[in-house]
Amino acid sequence: MRITVNGTAHEVDVEDEMPLLWVLRDELGITGPKYGCGIAQCGACTVHLDGEAVRSCQVAAGDVGEAEIVTIEGLGTPDALHAVQEAWIANQVAQCGYCQSGQMMSAAALLAANPDPSDADIDDAMSGNLCRCGTYPRIRAAVKTAAATLRGN
Amino acid sequence: MGRVAKIARRTFLIGSAAIAGGVAFGTYMYRRPVANPLLERVGEGEAAITPYVIITEAGITLITPRADKGQGAYSMQAALIAEELDVELDQVRVDPGPPDAAYYNTALAAEAVPFPATDQGRTATLARGVADAAMKFLGVQITGGSTTVPDGYEKLRVAGAVARETLKLAAARITGVPVADLKTERGAVELPDGTRMTYESLASAAAGIEPVSEVALKPESEWRLLGKDMRRIDIVAKSTGTQTYGIDLAVEGMVHATIVTNPRFGGEMLGYDASEAEAMRGVQQVVPVTGGVGVIADNTWRAFQAAAAIRLDWGPAPYPAGMDDHWAAVAASFSDEYRDSLNRDDGDVEAVLAPGAIEAEYRAPYLSHAPLEPVNAIVRVTDDRVDIWTGTQIPRFLQRNVAGITGHDPDDVHVHVQMMGGSFGHRLEDEYVLRTTELALAVKGTPVKMTYSREQDMAHDFPRQIAMARARGAAGDGKVAALDLSIAMPSVTASQLGRQGLPAAGPDTIIVAAAWDQPYAIPDYRVTGYRTPPLTPISSWRSVGASTNAFFHEGFLDELIHAAGADPLEERIRLTWHEPSRKVLEAVGEMSGWGGDPSPNRGRGVAFSMSFGTACAEVVEVALIDDAIRIEKVWVAAEVGKVLDPVNFDNLVKGGVIWGLGHAMSGETTFADGMVEQVNFDTFEGMRLYQCPEIEVRGLANGTRIRGIGEPPVPPAAPALANAIFAATGKRLREMPFSKFVDFV
Repeated sequence: MRITVNGTAHEVDVEDEMPLLWVLRDELGITGPKYGCGIAQCGACTVHLDGEAVRSCQVAAGDVGEAEIVTIEGLGTPDALHAVQEAWIANQVAQCGYCQSGQMMSAAALLAANPDPSDADIDDAMSGNLCRCGTYPRIRAAVKTAAATLRGN
Repeated sequence: MGRVAKIARRTFLIGSAAIAGGVAFGTYMYRRPVANPLLERVGEGEAAITPYVIITEAGITLITPRADKGQGAYSMQAALIAEELDVELDQVRVDPGPPDAAYYNTALAAEAVPFPATDQGRTATLARGVADAAMKFLGVQITGGSTTVPDGYEKLRVAGAVARETLKLAAARITGVPVADLKTERGAVELPDGTRMTYESLASAAAGIEPVSEVALKPESEWRLLGKDMRRIDIVAKSTGTQTYGIDLAVEGMVHATIVTNPRFGGEMLGYDASEAEAMRGVQQVVPVTGGVGVIADNTWRAFQAAAAIRLDWGPAPYPAGMDDHWAAVAASFSDEYRDSLNRDDGDVEAVLAPGAIEAEYRAPYLSHAPLEPVNAIVRVTDDRVDIWTGTQIPRFLQRNVAGITGHDPDDVHVHVQMMGGSFGHRLEDEYVLRTTELALAVKGTPVKMTYSREQDMAHDFPRQIAMARARGAAGDGKVAALDLSIAMPSVTASQLGRQGLPAAGPDTIIVAAAWDQPYAIPDYRVTGYRTPPLTPISSWRSVGASTNAFFHEGFLDELIHAAGADPLEERIRLTWHEPSRKVLEAVGEMSGWGGDPSPNRGRGVAFSMSFGTACAEVVEVALIDDAIRIEKVWVAAEVGKVLDPVNFDNLVKGGVIWGLGHAMSGETTFADGMVEQVNFDTFEGMRLYQCPEIEVRGLANGTRIRGIGEPPVPPAAPALANAIFAATGKRLREMPFSKFVDFV
């Protein structure tokens, strides 16, 4: 089947039921999305499917179809950072960093839909992403930094 | 090269002498210098001036042998070297280096001796020195015990300074300018006329001369990096998805694999039928390993699917099948037969604690480490060498243990340490690498990348110890008068060292850590440790013994203070004889505005704990919302002697508080039918963002010694929360997790 990731089309030969996460990681070598639980409990595998934040461990390859997939690598790069990544750096959010790809993808989707989220909006959008190191205070701060940047102030 | 080797060995002796601080119990083995492992790596014209600095024409590499599990250890170790070497972190490469005895951990030894961290007297210092010599003798290279900074604070700066002064000497010999007239800055020696000679250009000359034998470390006032906000060297990679963890690594020609072993940890596999699995797409081979089977496939998910299709016949668990029996075993060990230590026995508690004493029993459950990256390893076995790519805190043990399986010489086992997606102690174990090695032996020459499923990972997590405390005490005249605390748990040290084939002689201080060694002057005060016979395998879980014992000690102390009618903070301050600890308590009091009238439906609790030599106090404020508890705010102060990186300090303290609170709220690992019941994050939750309180942090620097911060914020969190819930509801919580007794928002 053919899937489009970060603007590039790929031909992959996989079972329909293979989760998108493993197509990305083991078939395409796109390792920004992480395996943490496999049951949509940790959010480390979060990617955008037509702009919406989804858990790629729960999306079957056969259901992706024409949808545009964006991973953390497609959100921005070290040389061309997305505002969310810039905010994550400025706030030095990461400890182990393993969950942060998923955290940033959730944050970017939130801010695309809601440029000025309240504390409750942030709690709602970000509580599906588990961080075992406990970087939540810095995640909250970084979401606000990114929101301000994206609003142009 | 022979000459370089001689010089470098001497150089390390300088470093090691400096860290020993002139202590005079050197045996021959202790004084004998450790060989510099980097010499095997450097070629003609390159210099490995100390085991921590390599300079070639191509650049400068700093070796950071303590593992980075997310705590920023690579950045901090690099900064300690760079401060003295006069290089900036953006101009060096940072490499964890090869496993080697040269990288032994001195500070870890201090934790193993039966003297509290507050005791800096002669006997305690002597004992730490002897333990230090043992660590060096054994070449114990371990990351743990919040020791990376205490261990490296002088050693790494000395390494940087020796390299800097040797480079200056090389420049002096070339130019004829006296060393005293040379300066160093940003990786170059600068001559009085402004000419810059880069370190790279001096590497060849430096390799050929006798290095300086004495260096003076810079005064703090001249620090460029330390003590100021630093930018972690991995922050861009970790903010762009470009950090490669062990689980992300690809090695040429590798296959994917997973392993399933008996969920009754350590139990046998009686038989299996893999015929269905072997026919599944992408499956290359099913291989029996110790206690289970491995599946080699062309994709991790296909390996998971095939593993789930294997019919497996498991033997029984080599420990009690259900929790009632585990608790009964712990309860039964409060007897003379199992008494392990009596390190504190002030006054005469037996005389004071007549009938009528206040009594309570406390419990703390097993807990998985559950780092978000499931454990994994890539192993390739060939006839003449083994290569291992994995995140590990024990690279030297790993070499030896893998060699034991493959039959290679340990020197031919090459460990390439990878960045870890958390550990919290799990990467002090190497069982997953040993099983992967068995798989790799079946397909010699092919690198096998093995990933545990989350379920396999948490069923074999070597959890935190289960523990119980029985406490008695008395209060009178508005004061705490007597405290008698008995703690029982299986020995973490014996369980862990036993798996490494090492003896754990004598009492295990972990059983009474953060209880017997607290700086309180209670007139009649006794702490007794009881060693429960081994149950399931257990391991170090962030803050280890202190993670259970601070809850017991500070929870019960709060009960006594309440009985005395005293203020929880004021009475702790009155009881504390240790000035830096008292200042920590006073700091959280001031930060939180302690003592004001509590708002309705709110409560505040305070707790203090000294663990790993770091005094830490926390005030937790909770609100009662529709009969559910919401943690609103936490104030935390910690004494570390010196805050080397305020940003990372703040992040680690907050993370430690969240770790402590989250698990106290809802975390437990239980066994049913010999199997762990919580094998994924649906049943093992930890704290989520919406539950996270605002946290205010202050680092104090009143102590004389530098301390670590990775673990010490954890122990006070649970008792401070329990004490806050008592203040808000009148309900005294004596067992974790608290969600068994109260609801959380």
